[in-house]
Amino acid sequence: MPENKGLSILSKLQLFVLIFVFTLFSPVFSFANEPVNHQTPEIKNADISTSDSLDAEEYAHPDAHAESHEVFNPGKMILQHVKDAHDWHILDYNGHAVSIPLPVIIYDNGVHMFMSSAFKHGHATVESKGNFYKLHEGHIYKTDASGAILIGDKEVVTNEQPMDFSITKNVFAMLIGAVIILLVFLTVAKSYKNRGNSAPKGLQSLIEPLILFIKDEVVVPSVGAKHASKFLPMLLTIFFFIFINNLLGLIPIAPFGANLTGNIAVTMILAVFVFIVVNFSGNKYYWKHIFMPDVPIALWILLIPIELFGVILKPFVLMLRLFANITAGHIIMLGFFSLIFIFGERNMYAGYGTSVLSVAFTLFMSVLELLVAFLQAYVFTLLTSLYIGAAVEEHHHAEDHH
Amino acid sequence: MDLVLPGLGLTFWMVLVFGLLLFLLKKFAWKPILAALHEREHSIEEALKSAEYAREQMAKLQSDNESLHKQAREERDQILKEAKVMKDNIIAEAKKSAEEEGKRMIQRATEEINKQKQSAIAELKGQVATLSVNIAEKLISNQLSNSAEQQAIIASQVNNLNNNQQAIA
Repeated sequence: MPENKGLSILSKLQLFVLIFVFTLFSPVFSFANEPVNHQTPEIKNADISTSDSLDAEEYAHPDAHAESHEVFNPGKMILQHVKDAHDWHILDYNGHAVSIPLPVIIYDNGVHMFMSSAFKHGHATVESKGNFYKLHEGHIYKTDASGAILIGDKEVVTNEQPMDFSITKNVFAMLIGAVIILLVFLTVAKSYKNRGNSAPKGLQSLIEPLILFIKDEVVVPSVGAKHASKFLPMLLTIFFFIFINNLLGLIPIAPFGANLTGNIAVTMILAVFVFIVVNFSGNKYYWKHIFMPDVPIALWILLIPIELFGVILKPFVLMLRLFANITAGHIIMLGFFSLIFIFGERNMYAGYGTSVLSVAFTLFMSVLELLVAFLQAYVFTLLTSLYIGAAVEEHHHAEDHH
Repeated sequence: MDLVLPGLGLTFWMVLVFGLLLFLLKKFAWKPILAALHEREHSIEEALKSAEYAREQMAKLQSDNESLHKQAREERDQILKEAKVMKDNIIAEAKKSAEEEGKRMIQRATEEINKQKQSAIAELKGQVATLSVNIAEKLISNQLSNSAEQQAIIASQVNNLNNNQQAIA
């Protein structure tokens, strides 16, 4: 089975930029017109779409070049980008994937650590402390020495999956994001300490309006001035974590561009934090509203489950909204890029022609995504503030409620 | 399906990284930043308040000044008025006393004139008497030997004359 044959957005984007530049300077470069592309129409233009499959075949069957003509599969490529990965694929060059190897950490009766490059993109079985592991479709499976992946009913892999704590692409992106956030805010905090009450300057004046916006327009009106200072650190952290990681996800160059805030695990943990904070800060009115609503007792049987469901549903929706919005943004942009390669498969020049439109659309989408990056961070923070506000609100008149 | 299933590793790292980030930012970033923002808000509010206070003070001072001005003007007017009244009084008094003095002087002069007139009359009477006696002596010496008797008669006659004149006056 050829694996990793899709391209990550990074490789796609960077090669796309290359192609665009080559198109502009085509009289100078003759790279795109190498004879191999013309002679074998099944092998796609400029080697790019097939490079991964060639790469893959190379490991699996060294003589595969002649027989394999994988068709470019945009769905697979896009999904591969928006999902997590064990290495950071930058681009394919000359039929070989160029990627940043990331550390693999497996807990399987002891900790196993090695670099993801050892998997050779899923073509090699890795031996560690007497166990054998293989990467298959983005997951690490425990195998025997031969590295056999056993596929059972309904194409489900029956191999055992060890506990995988690897520094994956998203973990790596998250660490970079966290470092950037820390650098930015510690610097800003320092300038606040140094400058005292004078007007903000530099980075401080870039960040301050955002902090003030979240504080004065989002948190204080929703949570109430009395409780705002208690929840502000949490809400500001959530806002800037989402916002900055959203923005970093839009940068299509190597250590950025991961679909981090569009990963369900990340949004789930954010939502879990929200769930914990909301429910741990809920006062008696909040719980009374859930367990003793102001309706006839006969209706409690109906209403209490609904209210309890709502408690879970609120953070659940937060999780889904962020995940869906950011993932959708990445998918749309990749979709536009895929158009180039879909047309390029039919005709190289059609691919070039499409690239112009694709660039225009992607540019438009990028600008839209900038808005979405802010908007989703804002919405997440606003809704969290509202939930917290509802949990800490003092009801002097119980009948006000519903 | 993979897309909507949270991976174990990423979940673990997300809890760790986000928790750590929350802790570090809260302690080393949000605390000083929010404190500084709060302080600045506070100081701006203070400054605005004190500016307002200063403006109020200023307005008050101005109105105080104005009223002081007004009061001073009124006082001045009052003083001027009083001075005028006083002046009028003084003039009137002076006029009155001068008039009285004049009257008195006229009276005194009149009296003096009268007195002078009386003495002049008395002297004239004496001279008239002497003259008359001399005339009568001359006349009578020729006729009468007993001149002393004649003299007494003439003196009584002159006295009578004097009495008559007093009665007329």
